[in-house]
Amino acid sequence: MEHHAPSILLQGIVYLGAAVLAVPVSRRIGLGSVLGYLLAGIIIGPWGLALIHDVESVLQFAEFGVVMMLFLIGLELEPDKLWNLRVPIFGLGGIQVVLTMLLVMGIGLLFHLDWRVVLVVGMGVAMSSTAIAIQTLSERGMLPQPGGQAAFSVLLFQDLAVIPLMLALTLLVPQAGMKLDWMLAARGLGLIVFIVVGGNFLLRPVLRYIANTGMREIFVAFALFLVMGVSLLMQSVGLSMALGAFLAGVLLADSEYRQELELDIEPFKGLLLGLFFIAVGMSVDVGLIFQKPLLVIGLALGLVLLKIVLLFGFAKGFKQGDTDSVIFALTLSQIGEFAFVIYSAAAQMHIFTPEQASLLNAVVAVSMLTTPLIMLLYSISIKHRLKPARAFDEIETHRKVIVAGYGRFGQVVSRLLNGIDVAPTVIEYDPNQIEVVRRFGFKGYYGDITRPDVLEAAGIATATLLVIAIDDVEASLATAKYVQTHYPQVQLLVRARNRTDTYQYMELGIPSVRETFHSALTVAQEALKILGFGAFQARRIAWQFQQHDEKILKEALLIRHDQQKLITHSARSRQDLSDLLHHELRQRAEDDDKDSGFDT
Amino acid sequence: MTEKSDTDHLRVLIVFAHPSYETSRINRAFCEAVKDIPGITLHDLYQTYPEQLIDVPREQALLENCDVLILQHPLYWYSCPALMKNWIDSVITLGWAYGQDSQGKSGDALKGKSFIQVISSGGSEDVYQRGGYNNFTLAELLRPFEQTADLCDMPYRQPFLTQDLRNLDAAGIHAKVEAYLQWIHDLLRGKLPPVINSHHAPQADYAHMHTVQLN
Repeated sequence: MEHHAPSILLQGIVYLGAAVLAVPVSRRIGLGSVLGYLLAGIIIGPWGLALIHDVESVLQFAEFGVVMMLFLIGLELEPDKLWNLRVPIFGLGGIQVVLTMLLVMGIGLLFHLDWRVVLVVGMGVAMSSTAIAIQTLSERGMLPQPGGQAAFSVLLFQDLAVIPLMLALTLLVPQAGMKLDWMLAARGLGLIVFIVVGGNFLLRPVLRYIANTGMREIFVAFALFLVMGVSLLMQSVGLSMALGAFLAGVLLADSEYRQELELDIEPFKGLLLGLFFIAVGMSVDVGLIFQKPLLVIGLALGLVLLKIVLLFGFAKGFKQGDTDSVIFALTLSQIGEFAFVIYSAAAQMHIFTPEQASLLNAVVAVSMLTTPLIMLLYSISIKHRLKPARAFDEIETHRKVIVAGYGRFGQVVSRLLNGIDVAPTVIEYDPNQIEVVRRFGFKGYYGDITRPDVLEAAGIATATLLVIAIDDVEASLATAKYVQTHYPQVQLLVRARNRTDTYQYMELGIPSVRETFHSALTVAQEALKILGFGAFQARRIAWQFQQHDEKILKEALLIRHDQQKLITHSARSRQDLSDLLHHELRQRAEDDDKDSGFDT
Repeated sequence: MTEKSDTDHLRVLIVFAHPSYETSRINRAFCEAVKDIPGITLHDLYQTYPEQLIDVPREQALLENCDVLILQHPLYWYSCPALMKNWIDSVITLGWAYGQDSQGKSGDALKGKSFIQVISSGGSEDVYQRGGYNNFTLAELLRPFEQTADLCDMPYRQPFLTQDLRNLDAAGIHAKVEAYLQWIHDLLRGKLPPVINSHHAPQADYAHMHTVQLN
């Protein structure tokens, strides 16, 4: 076979083929997509089938996947939320990076290694892989939970930390000119300011102009252009591309184009991210691993374990719960791709010998492979602890009522039903919640009701009623629709979180209750009493309000897509309500009043 | 039976029901006049139970601690407002106020306490007559209350009536309130209205109640 670089087309086929084969298998056996991509990379790389040789350029191109991912993360972020997260970002993140570095350095010094070497090693070890961690968390739906949020904050800090760390690196090499570094730093800062300011003023009008062309593909092209452009600019001043993309995303997070952008970029992100992991897999020096298996694997496992312990400690120090701290520690336990960057740079600056660099890279790669495996073990142990599969076998499938969701809402329903000896089958997806609930002596089963097999195991086929009381609006709607279609004999009662899903349930003819409406109305009623209204009068007024509100909800359902009509309707409803309630304020029975026949 | 307080006054419990208190004239005036008088407990049903679900043990305790029970209300369809009827149905129970329950407990909690109504009605006295607009006298129309009191061994006493309210002006209301206050103070001092019953009235039975059929 000729040994020139295969054409782009051939490369493309190889990558895509590898992904298509490896990833579904990997996911099926519960290892997640990341491990699948990594293994695909190893297989097609120099140490496997040797289909691809030029790993360097692939890595660069694939790093773009990470960039896209951070852009999307920035897009989905709210700037207020970013400010709110400043404590975990700089507090937890800062402590994590610094202490991990110092500890690794300390251990290295114990082994009498050169202080510069161990310092750089520590820098790399402190880094986690944004791609792996976030992919793992979002695949398991753990991103919105406290553990996931903490992990996200720390990863964000690590991204920010790369800049000073790289600067520090150059300081370790005495000959590199200090002046250049300050210039670079100034340019970096200037660029960030430019992006933020320019973004605020220029982006939206430009987006509007493009969106007005009505051509979807140009919109996508611009979005990609934006991300690439910002990343390139950041790279030119030595800053992290990912950070630039993240900033760009945050700038757009507030805009009306956010949804559109998310949808357009999502497919690219997935694919490029996969490519990134394949490239990582390809760059693993498998030969070295076979030569010195104990050293490489031992180091990798040792460092991962060290990180897990440290991370768990940090999380507990910041008052996270046990389960959240475990998730935090496990998902961040690997050594991340920034370590590759740092170690390669260190090798180029002759801080490391080529052998040291090679060893470290292999250790980093192996550590990345550990995370999917660790997560799999964790999932198994959770399932064991909570015994869903066996528990479902134990459920008498002829329970009449299933209650999905055992939070504040579901608990009230369950408690009442328990009281009249119609104990429901309760299903909850948050392991923390189930823990608490079981501690108080109630029974709940662990499961995700959006999965048909879970519903079946819970006895949906013979149930009379399914109460959906979960937080997740999308899952709620999906489950309700599914049950309505496939189990029409089962009655549904759904907790609606806001008007949007209320409308959808109304359209489907599924009875729903707006979760906060009645409590809010009770507060309003109490407010009336405090303002001096009689108790029965206050009750009547609240009841009138409720009747009126339900009526206008039905009316608004029919016109909800017409902004203009909604506005008119809203104004008229306000007037109607006012007229209605003013009747309650009269101080004398009028002649045509119902009360005029009686005393007064 | 709980003991009388050691003051001179009788303990008077006014159970009051008006679903539209805010538009009421005479009843609101009565309540305002009487609520702070020592020895008087004014218990507003619509204010206490806007959800219409009654706390029976609490009500029974209130009743046990009074000497005179007053039901104060506007005349709604020849009877009391719905929440008060609800109250009577829920609170006056078998084995507590009358009869014997399944455990053999005899109901005598209300024995000897006076049962008196304070009623306001739009119509005047002459419309409440045989042959009048409302066809019956108030004494006849209030018989369910009379019988309820009887069954609980409570002396049923002559009600305090305020009639012809449509034609009562501010001065008239004021005068009526004065009269009411006087009546209340008499009660407190033990000067109670006469016990009445309508047993002597001719019996009506269905056999003799058919109107003439015009064929």
